[in-house]
Amino acid sequence: MNAPPKTPNASGWKPGTPVEGHNAMSGPDTATGNRALMLEEPLLFEIGHVEQTGVDLPEPPKDSGRGANRLGGFDRAEAIGLPGLSEPETVRHYTRLSRQNYAIDLGLFPLGSCTMKHNPRLNEKVARMPGFADVHPLQPVDTVRGALEVINELAFWLIELTGMYGVAMSPKAGAHGELCGILCIRAALEARGDAREVILVPESAHGTNPATAAFAGYRVEDIPATAEGRVDLEALKARLGPDVAGVMITNPNTCGLFERDMKAISDAVHAAGGFVYCDGANFNAIVGKVRPGDLGVDAMHINLHKTFSTPHGGGGPGSGPVVLSEALAPFGPLPFTARTKDGIVHLVEEENAAEFDHTQAFGRMTAFHGQMGMFTRALTYILSHGADGLKQVAEDAVLNANYILRSLEDVLDAPFGPSGPCMHEALFSDKGFAEGLSTLDLAKGLIDEGYHPMTMYFPLVVHGAMLVEPTETESKAALDQFIGALRSVAERAVNGDETLKTAPHYAPRRRLDETLAARKPVLAWQEPNPPSGSPSLSEQGGR
Amino acid sequence: MRYLPLTQDDRSAMLARIGASNIDDLFVDVPEEARLSGPIAGLPLHASEMAVEKHMRRLSKKNLAAADAAFFLGAGAYKHHVPASVDHIIQRGEFLTAYTPYQPEIAQGTLQMLFEFQSQVARLYGCAVANASMYDGSTACWEAVAMAGRVTKRKRVVLSGALHPHYAEVVKTMAKFTEDEIASASPALQAAPDNAGLIARIDDQTSCVVVQYPDILGRIPDLTEIAEAAHAKGALLIAVNTEPVALGAIKSPGELGADIVVGEGQSIGVGLQFGGPYLGLFAVRDPKHVRQMPGRLCGETVDAEGKRGFVLTLSTREQHIRREKATSNICTNSGLCALAFSVHMTLLGEKGLRALAAENHRLACLAADRLTKIPGVSVLNDAFFNEFTLRLGKDARKVVRTLADRGVLAGVSLGRLFPAHDELADGLLVAVTETTTEEDIETLASALEEVLA
Repeated sequence: MNAPPKTPNASGWKPGTPVEGHNAMSGPDTATGNRALMLEEPLLFEIGHVEQTGVDLPEPPKDSGRGANRLGGFDRAEAIGLPGLSEPETVRHYTRLSRQNYAIDLGLFPLGSCTMKHNPRLNEKVARMPGFADVHPLQPVDTVRGALEVINELAFWLIELTGMYGVAMSPKAGAHGELCGILCIRAALEARGDAREVILVPESAHGTNPATAAFAGYRVEDIPATAEGRVDLEALKARLGPDVAGVMITNPNTCGLFERDMKAISDAVHAAGGFVYCDGANFNAIVGKVRPGDLGVDAMHINLHKTFSTPHGGGGPGSGPVVLSEALAPFGPLPFTARTKDGIVHLVEEENAAEFDHTQAFGRMTAFHGQMGMFTRALTYILSHGADGLKQVAEDAVLNANYILRSLEDVLDAPFGPSGPCMHEALFSDKGFAEGLSTLDLAKGLIDEGYHPMTMYFPLVVHGAMLVEPTETESKAALDQFIGALRSVAERAVNGDETLKTAPHYAPRRRLDETLAARKPVLAWQEPNPPSGSPSLSEQGGR
Repeated sequence: MRYLPLTQDDRSAMLARIGASNIDDLFVDVPEEARLSGPIAGLPLHASEMAVEKHMRRLSKKNLAAADAAFFLGAGAYKHHVPASVDHIIQRGEFLTAYTPYQPEIAQGTLQMLFEFQSQVARLYGCAVANASMYDGSTACWEAVAMAGRVTKRKRVVLSGALHPHYAEVVKTMAKFTEDEIASASPALQAAPDNAGLIARIDDQTSCVVVQYPDILGRIPDLTEIAEAAHAKGALLIAVNTEPVALGAIKSPGELGADIVVGEGQSIGVGLQFGGPYLGLFAVRDPKHVRQMPGRLCGETVDAEGKRGFVLTLSTREQHIRREKATSNICTNSGLCALAFSVHMTLLGEKGLRALAAENHRLACLAADRLTKIPGVSVLNDAFFNEFTLRLGKDARKVVRTLADRGVLAGVSLGRLFPAHDELADGLLVAVTETTTEEDIETLASALEEVLA
């Protein structure tokens, strides 16, 4: 194909060029701005061209003027402004970008509440089998029996592992699952003519919990934590009443502790006519050891990407099936799958819901069936581990977290260390840091040591919180090296090492100006000298 | 247990450092009666890579893959060719196994990609700003309705009858709980969309009008007149697109006056995958609406040395800052699918996208012409892109079922999409893409001729 001569990129940007108007502390130390294997990469819009393409397609027929097509006169005349690159340029562009990322394949991610464990490549291979990757969601159901069996088999193990009654598979992510669970609670209450208005959410809950309850039309009230980091049972009991629809609780909680009183909490909520939602983000820590259904939970989402290792993908996609108690199961959204006595897995949708006695469903939460690509990966992971392996997963996750907690509590304050063993994550605070140094500084210092920082400033109940979750897929050697690195940075924070304030020093970028990004939002690429009539976002939308 | 690196010696040494005599000492807070005494009922022990792969392959073979059939399904999920390099790039561990880019100094790869993705989507949609993606098209559609409620402070939603019924169902499901009132038109088998009927439903309490473009029957509504009518009453126009390839051939919704444009991005780079994970696209025409948008946003900034860099921004809209006051409860995006979209779009470029769109339309015209030659079959649409509705004169569900036995996946019957509307039952929605061959079209046509004879 004949690509037109490339015009130089329109912005004139080249790697390492400081942006005008900002004081460069140090200029580029090479002519290109690259540093050996660390390569800078311009934006696609600066190197691509609208006449360049990396695919071979027939040339559009030249003689088809308006009228020769059936577009009804809506033909797109104006340029769209989408730059293209040839295939080698494309591969190089994205490969260079990939090298600016930290990833679990590169090292340990000590992220509390966002489990980042090894992603087995078998899962990827299976998800790409044509029978899973290349089937349409609306194909006649008897041409997709295997896909339905995957959903059914995974659903079966999720129910077994949690001790629940049913599962809604379609929610697209953890927070979507939360919404599904809360809506099931609301539907069940409405079905019995019981309009309740309040959802109680303990202080240590994920930020999605109160947002979800509010989005589902509930008023949210906080329940305090005790000094040892658990839900205050007495405070909770005191607040229960006929206006409380339910409680959203995280167990193990975000302080890394098991809610010892879970059964008592459930009993109290049920006695008051409400339901118990459990945020299952931390199911990793108890899978194969404890079944939430046995603790009285009515609904719990399971982040398949966390517990069952589907890759995080730089922010998603996730998958959030919701296991339901017998009281809530009739209210699960369509579509769902059911195995009948003949052993066949049936797809239940609007047209046959009555046939399967599922007429109380509150409707659909998404088009189609949910995250099939995640289901195949999660099922592969469950079968790979088996009953013995899943139990070992929880035990090793908890062992690794306690190892970190006890190896560092002499140098970092562990506010709930005296409360006993943690579950799969260890919580530290900034108590004891030298004046002027913060958790953020420590986190950025950890980057220079070759680690992704831990979760910072969460949970909110602890000042300067640092939540560390090593997961079960780290070796002792990897943990020891991480402990050494965190100890070294923590000592610098305690001793007032000012260089931490400007960390990271060795990352692809130094500390980024997040305030500027929010004050003058630049959210899409603009030509450096825009044609008249297209004002920039910062002029229009900025404060 | 190949994924678990600790040895028994490691475990003993670690327990000793902790000061615990055995692992159950670490589960002391779990009440005795809640602990599982035995293994999970029925779950086999751990299995080798080979054994698991064999089991999963057996299940996969029970499905008829699209590539093994003459294939004409669409209705919100389309079979397009995905260049090999797309899958190669999304399988690079640095993208595949990266975390949400909350630590921007070591996540510039994902962040720059998202900035480029946002820019591509904004241009494709004719909008000022796009976000970093949503779960899928249907949930993006609901989020757009919720956003319109925040912007207009109104509660009445007008849905086109030609909106994908699953999308409409998601909106209706959610609206039950947020007390939005839904005024939905019924779908009707007529050659052109009923703009007048839709416009008649807009009043001064309407927050938004939701129109699919092209619509569920493959028709192309004139968004301009709907936008004018909506704006005259102070309502927003939400345009939903389920086939982004179409926008390489037809005008963008933003250009025609849509205020919020949402859609499904699956066609570009993602693949069918039995319905998910897919890729929700979300954009607004007017930048002043940015602060009411749901989802993540990536923005440009500089680092301490003045070098250009990217960060997630405007997070004051989000659940982790505002909790119950957040614009939505969403805490993720479809990052990896956004990458696949962006890589595929980069390979296409404007030239490739236009050529791809032209090829889709050319083959669809060819198919429409061939299929209307079948006695008793007619094409409903005056105008279409790559998908159109056939009237068969019989219940299309039965026809689809019969054709599947012959290895022909003929399309999506309107009876399956609209089970409550018997009057649509003879409609068959047929989608044609660049992967459709002229031989496939002939296979479908001759099979239909036989079945309908």
